[in-house]
Amino acid sequence: MTHGFRHTRRGTVTAELDADETELLRMLIGQLLDLVEPVEHDDELAALVGIGSNTSPPEDPALARLLPDAYRDDPEAAGDFRRYTEDDLRKHKRTTAAAVLDALPPGGGTVQFGVDTAQEWLTTLNDVRLALGTRLDVDEDSYDRLLDLSADDPEAAGLQLYHWLTGLQESLVQAVMRADR
Amino acid sequence: MSTAPAELRRPESHTDVRPDVPWVTIVWNDPINLMSYVTYVLQKVFGYSKRKAEKLMLDVHHKGRAVVSNGSREEMERDVALLHTYGLWATLQQDK
Repeated sequence: MTHGFRHTRRGTVTAELDADETELLRMLIGQLLDLVEPVEHDDELAALVGIGSNTSPPEDPALARLLPDAYRDDPEAAGDFRRYTEDDLRKHKRTTAAAVLDALPPGGGTVQFGVDTAQEWLTTLNDVRLALGTRLDVDEDSYDRLLDLSADDPEAAGLQLYHWLTGLQESLVQAVMRADR
Repeated sequence: MSTAPAELRRPESHTDVRPDVPWVTIVWNDPINLMSYVTYVLQKVFGYSKRKAEKLMLDVHHKGRAVVSNGSREEMERDVALLHTYGLWATLQQDK
């Protein structure tokens, strides 16, 4: 099992991922790509200049967490903002996630990259955690909850996966902060 | 022919039109984003020192929210859009 990311003296970050871990990441990032898929457009011309058709937040709570409202108490302004930005945000998340997916070594192995590429890994791992964490309804006590669950509890598998991702992301943040000095 | 409305509706504007009222970007607390990650993103996006970014992150964590930038509405919309690419829960509003 991976010890997570560490920084190198050359200013890069690196991790060893085994076959199972690589496969898990491939599956989770694949699910993220499905979640932020492009929206169908009623108006192709508007779509061409980056104006979308969505003006309300997605019904799926996990997707709504990835594409939040920009105005808290002003649904009209939030709708306008969404119409002009949601397509770009979806596209940004897809492009970033696809780049990480491409970089996963088939069958496991070493990943190593510079600080710029690390942004893609950071945001993609975070998006995966946001989606999974929202689905699992995690709160700040969920790690304690996991410790109380028996290993065969169906909730335990999801939470274990979530906390594994959390550890991986934390190691990446620390490694990037050291490499990015 | 028309009749006057039974009651006069107040204009439905949430926007303060005074030109000197600045806009702010707010980051809200959530149970998923890591404290270290939020600190890193605030440093990266706004060029803040680690000390300043950590203070803002702790405000988000303990007070539930923190103002992370201020300026024109357009500037704050750019900041919010950028923070959304990082997965932070950010909104903008007029400073009151």
